[in-house]
Amino acid sequence: MFQVRIHGRGGQGVVTGAEMLSVAAFLEGEHAQAFPSFGSERTGAPVVAFCRIDRKEIRLREPIMEPDALIIQDPTLLHQVDVFSGLKRDGYVLINTNRSFEELGIAEFVHGWHPERLCTVAATELALRHVDRAVPNVPLLGGFAAISGVVGLESVIEAIRRRFTGKLAEGNAAAARAAYAAVKAEITEALAHA
Amino acid sequence: MLEQTEGSRAVAEAVALCRPEVICAYPISPQTHIVEALGERVRSGTLAHCEFINVESEFAAMSVAIGASSAGARAYTATASQGLLFMAEAVFNAAGLGLPIVMTVANRAIGAPINIWNDHTDAMSQRDCGWIQLFAETNQEALDLHIQAFRLGEELSLPVMVCMDGFILTHAFERVDVPVQEDVDAYLPAYEPRQVLDPKEPVSIGAMVGPEAFMEVRYLAHAKQMMALELIPRYAAEFRQVFGRDSGGLMHTYRAEDAQTIVVALGSVLGTIKDTVDEMREAGFAIGVLGITCFRPWPMAAVREALERARHVVVLEKSLAVGIGGIVATNVRTALSGLDVDVHAVIAGLGGRAITRASLHALLRKAAAGSLDPVTFLDLDWKLVQRVLEREKLTRRSGPIAEGILRDIGVVAARIS
Repeated sequence: MFQVRIHGRGGQGVVTGAEMLSVAAFLEGEHAQAFPSFGSERTGAPVVAFCRIDRKEIRLREPIMEPDALIIQDPTLLHQVDVFSGLKRDGYVLINTNRSFEELGIAEFVHGWHPERLCTVAATELALRHVDRAVPNVPLLGGFAAISGVVGLESVIEAIRRRFTGKLAEGNAAAARAAYAAVKAEITEALAHA
Repeated sequence: MLEQTEGSRAVAEAVALCRPEVICAYPISPQTHIVEALGERVRSGTLAHCEFINVESEFAAMSVAIGASSAGARAYTATASQGLLFMAEAVFNAAGLGLPIVMTVANRAIGAPINIWNDHTDAMSQRDCGWIQLFAETNQEALDLHIQAFRLGEELSLPVMVCMDGFILTHAFERVDVPVQEDVDAYLPAYEPRQVLDPKEPVSIGAMVGPEAFMEVRYLAHAKQMMALELIPRYAAEFRQVFGRDSGGLMHTYRAEDAQTIVVALGSVLGTIKDTVDEMREAGFAIGVLGITCFRPWPMAAVREALERARHVVVLEKSLAVGIGGIVATNVRTALSGLDVDVHAVIAGLGGRAITRASLHALLRKAAAGSLDPVTFLDLDWKLVQRVLEREKLTRRSGPIAEGILRDIGVVAARIS
């Protein structure tokens, strides 16, 4: 079972992101379970959503306390919430930022981990450019497809088309492709320096 | 067809496939998405020959459902928590009148303190109102139970409550197999009411009955629920024939054949319990599970048969009967009366507290060793409780408990579980 925890703030599409990730996994024939954390969902308040992906039926209903991957939609949460809680060693981390792990002050925590699993992407900027809205959830799914390989980019695109229509769907698809390409380039560079 | 969708939308699809004629509802979390999805279908015309009525309260919702059902319409509504309490008088009336309304209860805690998250207190508060109560373990089962509920309720002329865990199921995206209309039509015949307000053959419904016959009318309500004990397994078997999967029935056992310890529970927590039981089986524990699908009528004989060979029975329930402990546990003890089986009530998951495998492992190992108390509150923060009790000892005007305890723990919005 592969477990993903998404951290963000109310209004950033955290829950929608987890739901769409589950749809992408479903499209690849996997079992997937997405659910929100059971906290207050006020705009701007820290929000958590979860997605489990497995080959067999998922029965477990507890929150994800030991994730294989983290998607962090808002880097300001790093100083407010224990986002890394329970993250498995050598897990995947994708952060919505245009700064590096060093600049964010978290390089020490992941020192010695697979560098190609630790990526950043300026997802809010991509969302603004392609859909004119500061909602980073969809481009982050494109980036997640690039780092984890758990779902393919085309499944993410199809999940986008099932959720949105018209210009919103196409804009989000373009943002997801751009994020995918950016993260792939980052991985290539990380491996070259490893 | 397989779909990856939200539990609420899956239930809305199932209800729509049952061709309801009147849907009335008042929004309350975590039920709202269900009736929103049905409202969209009525407006778009994909759910035809159905009237969607926005009402001003839950009391009105159940009252409209009573009126619609009396007029011979297939009627549906949904609610949760305080909404169920607010309609309580009409809930009893629907059962007393014998009107086969189907209602989803998206299980949520009851205040005070106000809490929007999941437990079973709402449904349990209405356990003796005369409705049949079915509890879903997964979103697939929630979908399937609604189709069975209309069939069962209409055959017996009794209302049916389908209970599904709020948020944990209603807001979870997972895989469901949505039936095709022809199969649902084959399984669920058109509603043929036993009583109907028809100008061509006028009757009145809702007579006042005095001591001369009140007992008999009430006994018949009980007798009908006893009939449901026979119909529910039969309709589950027919469901399997038409749709090809096991859903519903009175109960399900899991790895219980040779189990010394059996965990009894209702609803979605059964999944986490089964995963825990698999791990404990691997570690050599003779442990199994009894999942109760039908809580009312209470399947007394079947529960007794499923549990009579166990040494320890752990009833894990998301509800608290203040002043005694467990509600389900009390029912289980009645079923096991006269047998040498220890029954332990475990109150868990109140107000959305996560029930984790880690906590279940510790609890069930203690149960298997025979050292579990008769009533346990899972993962209770004793320090927090002690602080309040100390404060009350020291100060007469110690203030409201909920506010005091929130001050003691500080900000929690940032917690993961």
